[in-house]
Amino acid sequence: MADRVTIHIDGKAYQVKSGENLLQTCLSLGLDLPYFCWHPAMGSVGACRQCALVQYQNEEDQHGRIVMGCMTPVTDGAIFSLQGDKASEFRETIVESLMLNHPHDCPVCAEGGECHLQDMTVMTGHRDRHYRGLKNTHRNQYLGPLIHHEMNRCITCYRCTRFYRDYAGGTDLAAMAAHDHVYFGRHQEGVLENEFSGNLVEVCPTGVFTDKSLVNEYTRKWDLQSAPSVCTGCAVGCNTLPGERYGKLKRVHNRYNTEVNGYFICDRGRYGPSYVNLPERLDYAGLRQPDGLYNAIDQSQALQYLTEACQKGHVAGIGSPRASVESNFLLRTLVGADNFSSGFSNKEHDLVNLALSIQQQSHVLIPSVKQIETADAVLILGEDITNTAPRIALALRQTVRNKAYELGTEIGLEHWQDAAIRNLAQDQRSPLFIAAVADTRLDDVAQQILHMAPDDIALFADALACYIANEKLPDINENLISSVETIAKTLLQAKRPLIVSGTSCYNASVISATGKLIEKLNSENCEPMLSMIVPEANSLGQAMLTTRDAPTIDTLAALAIAGKINTLIVLENDLYRRCHSSSIDNMLEHIDNVIVIDYVDTATTSASSLVLPSATAIESEGTLISMEGRAQRHFPVFEPKAERLASWQWLLHCMKALGRAETEHIHYFDDVTRACAANISSLEHIVNAAPSHLYRNHGVKIPRQPHRYSGRTAMRANISVHEPKQPVDQESALAYTMEGLNQSQPGALLPYVWSPGWNSNQSLHKFQSEVSGPLKGGTAGVRLIKTDHQLLDSEPAIKSKKITPADGQWLLVPRHKIFGSDELSALSPAIAELAGHAYIEINPADAQSLNVNEGDGVFIGDDHTNDSHQLSLEVHINSNIAEGCAGFSFGFNDTLNLIPGEFVSLTKNPNWQRRQADTIATDGGGSNGGSYG
Amino acid sequence: MSLDKPLTRNVREDRIPTDFSAYITNGGYQALQQTIGKYTPADCLQIIKDSNLRGRGGAGFPTGMKWSFVPMENVSPGHKYLICNADEMEPGTFKDRLIMECDPHQLIEGMILSAYTIQADVAYIFIRSEYLLAQKLLKQAIADCYEKGYLGKNIQGSDYSLDMYVHVSAGRYICGEETALINSLEGKRANPRAKPPFPQVSGLWGRPTIVNNVETLCNISHIIERGADWFKSLSLTDDSGTKLYGVSGRVKNPGCWELPMGTPIREIIMGYAGGMEDGYQLRGFLPGGGSTDFLTEEHLDLAMDYETIGKAGSRMGTGTMIILDDKTCPVGFIKNLVDFFAQESCGFCTPCRDGLPWSGQVLEDIEQGRGTNEDIATLERQAKFIGAIGNTHCALAPGAMEPLISGLKYFREDFEQYVGGSHDSSNDSNQPNASTTGGLS
Repeated sequence: MADRVTIHIDGKAYQVKSGENLLQTCLSLGLDLPYFCWHPAMGSVGACRQCALVQYQNEEDQHGRIVMGCMTPVTDGAIFSLQGDKASEFRETIVESLMLNHPHDCPVCAEGGECHLQDMTVMTGHRDRHYRGLKNTHRNQYLGPLIHHEMNRCITCYRCTRFYRDYAGGTDLAAMAAHDHVYFGRHQEGVLENEFSGNLVEVCPTGVFTDKSLVNEYTRKWDLQSAPSVCTGCAVGCNTLPGERYGKLKRVHNRYNTEVNGYFICDRGRYGPSYVNLPERLDYAGLRQPDGLYNAIDQSQALQYLTEACQKGHVAGIGSPRASVESNFLLRTLVGADNFSSGFSNKEHDLVNLALSIQQQSHVLIPSVKQIETADAVLILGEDITNTAPRIALALRQTVRNKAYELGTEIGLEHWQDAAIRNLAQDQRSPLFIAAVADTRLDDVAQQILHMAPDDIALFADALACYIANEKLPDINENLISSVETIAKTLLQAKRPLIVSGTSCYNASVISATGKLIEKLNSENCEPMLSMIVPEANSLGQAMLTTRDAPTIDTLAALAIAGKINTLIVLENDLYRRCHSSSIDNMLEHIDNVIVIDYVDTATTSASSLVLPSATAIESEGTLISMEGRAQRHFPVFEPKAERLASWQWLLHCMKALGRAETEHIHYFDDVTRACAANISSLEHIVNAAPSHLYRNHGVKIPRQPHRYSGRTAMRANISVHEPKQPVDQESALAYTMEGLNQSQPGALLPYVWSPGWNSNQSLHKFQSEVSGPLKGGTAGVRLIKTDHQLLDSEPAIKSKKITPADGQWLLVPRHKIFGSDELSALSPAIAELAGHAYIEINPADAQSLNVNEGDGVFIGDDHTNDSHQLSLEVHINSNIAEGCAGFSFGFNDTLNLIPGEFVSLTKNPNWQRRQADTIATDGGGSNGGSYG
Repeated sequence: MSLDKPLTRNVREDRIPTDFSAYITNGGYQALQQTIGKYTPADCLQIIKDSNLRGRGGAGFPTGMKWSFVPMENVSPGHKYLICNADEMEPGTFKDRLIMECDPHQLIEGMILSAYTIQADVAYIFIRSEYLLAQKLLKQAIADCYEKGYLGKNIQGSDYSLDMYVHVSAGRYICGEETALINSLEGKRANPRAKPPFPQVSGLWGRPTIVNNVETLCNISHIIERGADWFKSLSLTDDSGTKLYGVSGRVKNPGCWELPMGTPIREIIMGYAGGMEDGYQLRGFLPGGGSTDFLTEEHLDLAMDYETIGKAGSRMGTGTMIILDDKTCPVGFIKNLVDFFAQESCGFCTPCRDGLPWSGQVLEDIEQGRGTNEDIATLERQAKFIGAIGNTHCALAPGAMEPLISGLKYFREDFEQYVGGSHDSSNDSNQPNASTTGGLS
């Protein structure tokens, strides 16, 4: 359908892509055509009737008829009028109708200034109101800590339910009532359940759904300073646009990247970063005193201490998968590769390296998120993707719709005919198979779900590989043979089958069996894809930076205990989240100087002798390598406060002070990137992740502030009437100013979207080469994984075995939580509220054998001697969890010492205090017991 | 047995329903026995096409042509559906009720033959919730048919099987729109669907589906039994068959009668309906339900058929007329209808959802003496904005505008009197309930 056709709009001929709808075509052509209900990712339904044009049957036709742009396919020779009176008057009347009940509360509305309804109202020219009746009003609902609800502003475009239900698979937001009383909300007040609910804020064309955090501390879009950033919430690497004012992060919006997140991000990514504003964050360097308290010292003193410590020799460094490639590279250079750990435990190190090597050694496509959406059959092995790589889960929800598109094509429907395709296909989906430890949030769209212990998942994957290769099947449960046949045949019949696996069930066999499966599949006549989910934003980068035999935290701990480490530099890493607390305690006790560079206060910073306050990803520049091997650059949105420095700056200053030759030619951040690229062959291309600081857009820098940025002189007037000089950004092509040019620059440098007449995020199409296409300046990021390596000669070692827990022993399996498992986002107050408390999930049969009920407590582990210190968790009974497995809330403070894959004993805690049932919080006062009025 | 009134031949004066045995005695299920397993679906389709039967639900679309869009060969495996639209919610319309309450088997037999023609294997009767008696009778009729082998597996020993269900609507006007009906049947909001795709290709559960009105389906067995030529000969005009005509309002004998298609309006109103009540004059009438344009006395001699009424600037619609008399204010009459349609809007598209209440508000202001000349211009603008098919998502709002558009044409002086403050309300009497269907307005 890539044929071009000629259409005429207002007397001008255009060559356009056939098969698309007229609205999308007009926007791609750069024409201004107002719309509401159409969304580039969600297609057309024809509800709002805003995008009207007049179509003429032929050149003689003088009258024409009104057609909806979004519902009209472009056909060769079609003649349209966009500017003509008939179409313009119709569009103006539509806006006038939409405004009948819309409150005139723009001055106090959090959408004001970036409101698509405002823009469209102005665009249609509607000004004078003819309606004299009363306005309809609605009651608003409490929808949880993330989203504010203001139904009176609703113009009934149905975008919210279409996103929430149709696109994201949510069930608790719906259109209710009829005629001009249609109400969008929940059946009763309560927290929106869907993990992507925050996108409602961007999907809603007006102020019905707004960010609660922004509403509470409000700043207009035009007053926000922003810069291109990359989410650190997981390894997907969604592109984000954080906005700042008064030194505070105000909100995070989606930053379009056609290959990665497209138009949507998850709620962890959107609401997680507010940890940046925490008052508990470190402002000053702190030197530990003998009494255990810290003295604040200034940067130069801190640097001196750091430098001196490094001079004493026996220096080791622990990097971090949540720190940038550059910071890690500098630390590795400072301490030497042999003394540098990428910041993983033994287990994590093995898993991530295995995941990387399988991706590098397979011949298959490592898909971008967009490419994931093209798969026609999917198998998930061991991952609960909604909780480990949420944006991928959202993509997979679209992937299963390929069947629907296929059916649509048979009767001549285009992809954008959303309602028609959904009505046609109903619940027919492309096959998605899930083998997981327990239920996942994608179960509702899966064709078959298997619940197994991790080793059994590996064995199952091995069986699939053997079946595909016509080899003898391994010894698996007989009940599974038919599933093996069904899934293997489906994968073989698919043109683009996708296998998704990863590290999150902490089982190397699962990963290596996945490698074998993808290899066998690849020898058949299809183009398989392999997606490997790794834990953190830069996990893959760490695996690429180091070799497989590089030290881990555990090996460094052994060295420390052997007295071979005098100084340990820990970069943005809480070691207590990686290894058992007793081993970290033991390790740190044996080291004289523990120097921790971090931006949040952790157990590790508290155990340090010197702590250096650093900048978060939102306040600093850095490169992160996502799970698909995409190197992406984040830029500081605002200058770090107080004495905070970006980690790479602390390290560079130190190395310069030490007179290290490697840093002789390093003057800018870009030089660090370049040095890293020159030293590490697999990271060779990271320099291409974004333009260097020398880039200029038509001779000028890219402004972080929109040209309407206001009140800069007044911002600090309560402190001093003298306006301080704006910070100068020498490290990037972005500037802390409103002057410059935000147009057509490379996609990695897009700090905000705005276009004349298009103040909302809908202005995005002005920055795209075509609607939903790449940004005009190119897609951000560069892919590093080359998949043209030699195939593995040897068979991957699979040690799958049937799980036979000893009596009274349970296998600890991690249960990841989108809210709570990730260290940084869990610090955000709203996310913490959603995360709740840690618990343990067991099968009903296991619960019976333990004699526990839902809500009881169990002791975990054998140590009954000291009950007061023994970990006890609340029991959740889950009929979907594999028998013999104990799933624990992963990454929660209570569960950090639980090691996935270990067998533990569980015993009922007789003294457990059952929790009171949660009461629904409301805007009226949350836990303080306020009520909704 | 009267052959010139096939639809009502089993409708007794005392309204006692015709049960299975009575239906058989009167020659029922003859068409079914002669057809299933003996004629091919293509033969049946040809007869219906030749008969020139047009849909009786209001739009008048040729039934045979509608059916011919159902894919018959190379259909992907799965169900095909026939749905009987028994939602009869059009203001002033009560014709389908008469058949269903008096001769349910006529509908069932018509449906079986229709389903056979399109090779549907599942049929639904989507019935208005207030039609309790009809629901009971239809359920009984279906049970009778299963028992006698007219429904279920291998009907009449053929390889054709059909299941039939009664689905009771939760009750909204928009459910009478075929795609909204389908959404409702699927358990979704009763919003109409965009066309294409048409239900014949992608309807209920995404499968080929035909939705026909009760009266349309009731004609099928007669046409198949007696042939297309016979059916055409029943009519006085080019639109073939008979038609159930109705009249409500201030006439002496409101009711519903089966008459030859094309019977002159005067004969229906002045003859069968007995003319106006004493003391009342005819000012105008809606020829086919609440969503058709007014006609006036000058149109009384027109033949009541699709073509003729269409040319006169209205629609025959359901063929059930609502009378506007000289003591009922046309502005209030129109406002009542606009309010009804505003209430019944599904709320999906803007012109309907927000435009109709806006029109209603303007009419309210005019009626309450708050109107201005600009309001009449606003109404005209609204009529243009909402009233054109294509401006809205479905035909509800354009239909709702038809009484307003024609009212502004024929009764403009009434609007102007209100606006000019010279309206004399002393002559107004309460409008009798124009609709027996109990709109929520």
